[in-house]
Amino acid sequence: MTATSSTAAGPTGLGNARIGVVTFPGTLDDRDTQRAIRLAGGEAVELWHRDKDLKQVDAVVLAGGFSYGDYLRAGAISRFSPVMEMIIEGARQGLPVLGICNGFQILTESHLLPGAMLRNNHLHFICRDQRLRVENADTAWTNSYEAGQEISIPLKNIDGRYVADERTLDELEAEGRVAFRYLGMNPNGSLRDIAGITNAAGNVVGLMPHPEHAVEPLIGTGRTDGLGFFTSVLKQLVSA
Amino acid sequence: MTLDTVKHAEQTPDAEQPWAELGLKPDEYARIREILGRRPTGAELAMYSVMWSEHCSYKSSKVHLRQFGEKAPANDAMLVGIGENAGVVDVGQGYAVTFKVESHNHPSYVEPYQGAATGVGGIVRDILAMGARPVAVVDPLRFGAADHPDTKRVLPGVVAGIGGYGNCLGLPNIGGEVVFDACYQGNPLVNAGCIGVMKHEDIHLAKASGAGNKVILYGARTGGDGIGGVSVLASETFDDAKPAKRPAVQVGDPFQEKLLIECTLEIFAEKLVAGIQDLGGAGLSCATSELASAGSGGMRVELDTVPLRDSSLSPEEILMSESQERMCAIVEPDKADRFLEICEKWDVIATVIGEVTDGSQLEIFWHGEQIVDVPPRSVAHDGPVYERPYARPEWQDALQADDAAKLPRPATGDGLRAQVLQLVSSPNQASKAWVTDQYDRFVQGNTVLAQPEDSGMVRIDPDTNLGVAIATDGNGRYAKLDPYTGAQLALAESYRNVAATGARPLAVSDCLNFGSPEDPAVMWQFAEATRGLADGCLALGTPVTGGNVSLYNQTGDTAIHPTPVVAVLGVIDDVSRRTPVAFAEEGQLIYLLGDTKEELGGSAWSQVVHGHLGGLPPKVDLEREKLLAEILISASRDGMVDAAHDLSDGGLIQALAESCLRGGKGARIVVPDGLDPFVFLFSESAGRAIVAVPRSEEVRFNDMCGARGLPAARIGVIDGTDITVQDQFTLPLAELREAHESTIPSLLT
Repeated sequence: MTATSSTAAGPTGLGNARIGVVTFPGTLDDRDTQRAIRLAGGEAVELWHRDKDLKQVDAVVLAGGFSYGDYLRAGAISRFSPVMEMIIEGARQGLPVLGICNGFQILTESHLLPGAMLRNNHLHFICRDQRLRVENADTAWTNSYEAGQEISIPLKNIDGRYVADERTLDELEAEGRVAFRYLGMNPNGSLRDIAGITNAAGNVVGLMPHPEHAVEPLIGTGRTDGLGFFTSVLKQLVSA
Repeated sequence: MTLDTVKHAEQTPDAEQPWAELGLKPDEYARIREILGRRPTGAELAMYSVMWSEHCSYKSSKVHLRQFGEKAPANDAMLVGIGENAGVVDVGQGYAVTFKVESHNHPSYVEPYQGAATGVGGIVRDILAMGARPVAVVDPLRFGAADHPDTKRVLPGVVAGIGGYGNCLGLPNIGGEVVFDACYQGNPLVNAGCIGVMKHEDIHLAKASGAGNKVILYGARTGGDGIGGVSVLASETFDDAKPAKRPAVQVGDPFQEKLLIECTLEIFAEKLVAGIQDLGGAGLSCATSELASAGSGGMRVELDTVPLRDSSLSPEEILMSESQERMCAIVEPDKADRFLEICEKWDVIATVIGEVTDGSQLEIFWHGEQIVDVPPRSVAHDGPVYERPYARPEWQDALQADDAAKLPRPATGDGLRAQVLQLVSSPNQASKAWVTDQYDRFVQGNTVLAQPEDSGMVRIDPDTNLGVAIATDGNGRYAKLDPYTGAQLALAESYRNVAATGARPLAVSDCLNFGSPEDPAVMWQFAEATRGLADGCLALGTPVTGGNVSLYNQTGDTAIHPTPVVAVLGVIDDVSRRTPVAFAEEGQLIYLLGDTKEELGGSAWSQVVHGHLGGLPPKVDLEREKLLAEILISASRDGMVDAAHDLSDGGLIQALAESCLRGGKGARIVVPDGLDPFVFLFSESAGRAIVAVPRSEEVRFNDMCGARGLPAARIGVIDGTDITVQDQFTLPLAELREAHESTIPSLLT
């Protein structure tokens, strides 16, 4: 892979926005995420877990996978890597950060988002096309959607059961910070059917399902419902 | 304890050695002594014993496997053939694809999770060692009876192991099989296949050449796992205070393997290796002897430099350890530093353990003392070869005479309906989503088709849409009735499955699972199956590029059904032309391609309804298979069909049910004139497929089939939410879905 993928301005003409994708040891969906960013019209920038600068990126995606083999606890080791220090600092100052699956786990371990993920209630890895409702369409990563919109994107994990204490859950609900909810079947026992959440500022979003796997009509489920995550942040960066 | 050095062996020619406990026969031990001109050291004995084992040397199967080379069809696509870690074929646009299927049967019975997990790990490293990025895995699996209590132990463990390992590597699992049969009780078959992609110029071979080149071992530390029979040796040379029993099943660490993959690909990209080999069965013994044997010189290894997980390991154990996630590379001296640097970047331990010499011997030292001095070829390639006696079993005639045609059949539409439900809900025909939903099929973002499609398909170039497809098939019931035909039916089905998705079949890999080669009946099955497969591959023009043989799959005197599993690899120039199985568009016409004859021997119907296995399997017509494949590929390329599904076990009704359920649409079906409804629905004649033809394409499609001479019968239309077979029965899709999808979860949870 090239370090910074060359891509002309995409269909939306947003080619100047640089979005970093972090590769930890054991990250799996980094290249898929880079492709999704390019398809949305952005420039994907590879970030390595040992990097001590963010290469002037405008936003960051923590991609899915099993960083450090999920040893100790999913995301528990990655959060201490040098690049995360920069990202945590950046996120507090408004840098848009999206955590997908293992990336979401890293965000909760980093305390950028509340709660935690436990083993699925059925104890199996599950890979399926999952229906979601976009509950908050005002975040950096969801503004291309409409509130209440239903989308279908792949879900694939074994530690995907979102939990938090009741007070935190009530707060999330009250502040509109539940960003996505599972529809149809709750696939893993997540409390209140929560699939993803946002921080109060709306720049940090984490979810278990995988938008980067639903960006091309030919591939995967054949739907492109996930592309909006990446166009959202590009739009936000341009208007900012 | 004394170290059994070469010098010591020379001085003590009459020392007792545990060759029998290590599985060597008297004449094999005598031959080792003859090769060396002295008794082997303990380390040498250990190396020969594992490398000359059935698993590593193919000593019983070799004489039959030669046919795959001798009868290989002329094929320009073949870049690397049998003998390397995996075969390589040209798929165009400068890309090469390598693929292979292997077995991990015995370990998966002993310890299902780790056995299956390390099976995936091993095949992935084989593919990686060719220079390729692994892009997908497939898993053909066979278990005992679905309702047997032990199946509840073995199956969930195997599935979790495949998922736990494969998912963590980031390889989409795009196909395979799940088959139940009492004959696999105690001998489950866990086969694992992998596809890798590279550019032609990146092909790497397992050979060590160039005196002075460094031998670098990298990856996991070496531990005591997977040592197996060598613990016999260990207990001979060590005092009793040491733990004698070590786990014979290897333990996998997929995270380490993921790092190994990325690290190795970066090393390839910088062209830093002259030769490379993964460490699998027989560990360092295999890697060092094979690399040296394939190269031009000798090799010298300082065994005490190998990083260990357990410092008490003996040199013999280090040589035999099958610790996972290790690779061995041959690197020119001026590139070694950069090699080690990349390993450091990926937190992969790498150690120079020796170098290539200008001699001819493989020499291994332990703290300065020589413990191995052997001609590497004698270990790696010149193992024993057996002409095992084989004979057609005396029961074969009676089995074939027990014709399935005599079994009672339903006489009414209601009777047919009931048996259709019985069929689609039977464990073998039921939905396997409970299994496949535990595998990541989306990762890498290139999956075009995955199970339950006819073949798995991945895009390999996002700019041109070039893709490859793979299907694996095997039918032990057919092969039991007639191993020659059974092997060809497996090949034909896999070939047809690839063509049904629109890809052009190119090459074959196989995993030949059989009972004990010491039983002449089993050896006859093996000989017949390999002959059938070699003849079939010649007829279809698809060479065998490599594969694996698994023998001794039996408990006591009872062998498994002979089970040749065949993987066919195909190429598709534009994945946007792929054909799925789903009947999704109402009004499209359903055509049945090929001839339906009354062929019920070995059928799913005979098994599910009558618990019967007898008669002859369906006939094979490979010229017809070729024609059918050409039609399916042309129709896909030219947009004449929107869906296609091959017909195999379960016959037409099974395929129709699957296509309708997948698309969420019903079908109205008319039994063609002259065909008995029962035969139409349940016969398993080969060389058939159903397709969905848009009305606008009907004339063109019919003309093509007519001109090429392929029988094509319009049997119905996609319509509504029921499957209706005119004058026979109606089955609502909801009822069908419940029957099809609830079986496996209810058996296993």
